[in-house]
Amino acid sequence: MSRRHTGFGFGFLAEDTNFDIPFRLITWNVGDTYARALLVCVLNTLLVSAMSIVAATLLGLLVGVMRLSANWLVRNIALGFIELVRNTPQLVQIIFWYVAVLQTLPGPRQSIPLPGGVLLNVRGFYLPSFVGNDLANTLWPLALLLLLATPFVWRLPLRDFPLGPKSLLLLPAAIVLFAAGVGHMDWPELHGFNIAGGVQVVPELVALWAGLSIYGAAFIAEIVRAAILSVHKGQREAALSLGLKPRKVLSKVVLPQALRVMIPPITSQYLNIIKSSSLGAAVAYPELFQIFAGTVLQQTARETETMVILMAIFLSINLATSALMNWYNHRVALVRR
Amino acid sequence: MSDATAEQRLPVQRSLAPGTPGARALDWLKRNLFGSLFNTLLSLVVLALAMLIVPPLFRWAVTNATISGVTKAACSGDGACWTFIRMRLPLFFYGLYPSNEYWRVDLAFAALAAFCVPVLREQTRHRMLFVFLLFTAFPALAFWLLSGGFLGLDYVDTNLWGGLMLDVLISFVTVAGSLPLGILLALGRRSQLPVVRTLSVCYIELWRGVPLLTVLFMSAVLLPLFLPEGVSVDRLLRAMVALILFNAAYMAEVVRGGLQGVDTGQEEAAASLGLRWPHTQAFIVLPQALRIVLPGIINTVVDLFKDTTLVTIIGLFDLLGAVEQALKDPAWLGFAKEGYVFSAMVFFVCCYAMSAYGRSMERRLAQGQ
Repeated sequence: MSRRHTGFGFGFLAEDTNFDIPFRLITWNVGDTYARALLVCVLNTLLVSAMSIVAATLLGLLVGVMRLSANWLVRNIALGFIELVRNTPQLVQIIFWYVAVLQTLPGPRQSIPLPGGVLLNVRGFYLPSFVGNDLANTLWPLALLLLLATPFVWRLPLRDFPLGPKSLLLLPAAIVLFAAGVGHMDWPELHGFNIAGGVQVVPELVALWAGLSIYGAAFIAEIVRAAILSVHKGQREAALSLGLKPRKVLSKVVLPQALRVMIPPITSQYLNIIKSSSLGAAVAYPELFQIFAGTVLQQTARETETMVILMAIFLSINLATSALMNWYNHRVALVRR
Repeated sequence: MSDATAEQRLPVQRSLAPGTPGARALDWLKRNLFGSLFNTLLSLVVLALAMLIVPPLFRWAVTNATISGVTKAACSGDGACWTFIRMRLPLFFYGLYPSNEYWRVDLAFAALAAFCVPVLREQTRHRMLFVFLLFTAFPALAFWLLSGGFLGLDYVDTNLWGGLMLDVLISFVTVAGSLPLGILLALGRRSQLPVVRTLSVCYIELWRGVPLLTVLFMSAVLLPLFLPEGVSVDRLLRAMVALILFNAAYMAEVVRGGLQGVDTGQEEAAASLGLRWPHTQAFIVLPQALRIVLPGIINTVVDLFKDTTLVTIIGLFDLLGAVEQALKDPAWLGFAKEGYVFSAMVFFVCCYAMSAYGRSMERRLAQGQ
């Protein structure tokens, strides 16, 4: 079977599929082309990578700062977390979250209610969702636009000075616009034997997300700690002696310099998270590797082509992320004259 | 956050107050837990959280846990069932290796330990000789012991190898193969020859840009297609080759850091003494560079040791694979937590020991400068 196709080519991407993809961001019907399956999978990979990068950065910053706390308890809890996470395999962690935690949750009928109308059961998280009214189609993109514009407005020169924190006023405006577009809330509720309404976040995604972000956070925490320590203590002393308040010293003197040291190693952690998203194959999260090295490869027996597609896509995502971070690094880097 | 860095910037003076141990303990508490209002609140919150989490965990893992007995029936309590782990221990450590041949694995690991000790000890004389033996004599001995088939030992097929033994074995082979290749790549990346440099850069960036899983999968699925008809390479061997090629790129980057850390004056002095390039690199630059990056190399080894669990996905039978296999046993259903916690702890002990050794070496290196 494996030597059935002699010619090398990507023509099979236009052929029809006959499998389902259980979790997707865009519409998918059994019988769509392989090319659309590729798009669905790339979006799934990007989704879990982006979610994990954001969560790992926030958690990593928190743990990294906790690691430097003056409080003995806080400091050592952070140390214990970092050592425990960094010294156990990521795959074991992901499978642990999936099999030993999420799979042991009760069924839909005994769902655990969480604050905010969220339901948790063996089929994942059920979040309440917003249903738009007639104006939603214009208001929601506008809100998103405001959100995306905030960082640019931040540095908008107004009377020769960047606008700065005043630009944060855009955020409440975006929220108001969003709220104006909400028709009603769709709360998840038990109907018969299953949950209806709301948005379902499948346990595969949650397990992979938890595994990727916790593992990444432990490494980012160490980077953050090392970066803050690398700022020469003379800098802080000089700033204090100039009469700057301790909070200003941290935000204007220590952190900007630490950021420069942090960015290159954090970039490689981001790349690791993107690459490790392929471990979703172990919990059957339908990302690029799971669908293409699994289902598609078995159905088309095109080993070479699927592997080329996989490697090319991962390489391009990684190179793009790396280019983006290099651009950012270049912008914050010390200007040497 | 402001108090977070205060401790590092303005180190609190060690208590100089003479006094009773009780007074000193109070002083310690005051400095480390209840220094300020914020600190006190933080301590109380953390303590409250600990009270919520630690006792149930302890009850599950120790107080209510079962370790005696031989069947699932022994585990009736609501605690952990370590009986399951105890009964499956041989599977977790040796895989499906024939049980009357376990001594061969034990002997191979004893030999590994015996070869490693002189290499890891700082004060060993002729350390390079032991490094050489570790990477030549030991693999030959281990191959004879584990695989057999000659010199009086029965042949054991690699399909039967598994458990933790497989993780350690794969890691050793990967380090032994990827370190020399990585050194060559690092030298190539710094080479004056444009072709060599470009090829090295492309190799390193390509392997570092793709997930390990795709590389392993390629070795399992794609490689057999490119081999001539009738030639088949052992699945384990293929996975090892993939891991070596993959990790060589990471080793190369670590070694390159060390090469950059060696002063250029060293190379120039060697050149002015008339040493050729290979001799300069082998006797002047590399010994200094490798000394600098030894902690980095150990970090890479820890990472690749953890990554050996990925071979489970391509159907090899390492510790994680053995645990998953044992969890499917109908006689022992429902002990996923115990199984994964056990495998995580085994990896933790191994990796923590390695990283602790790396850190102590880092400290020694820092002192020497």
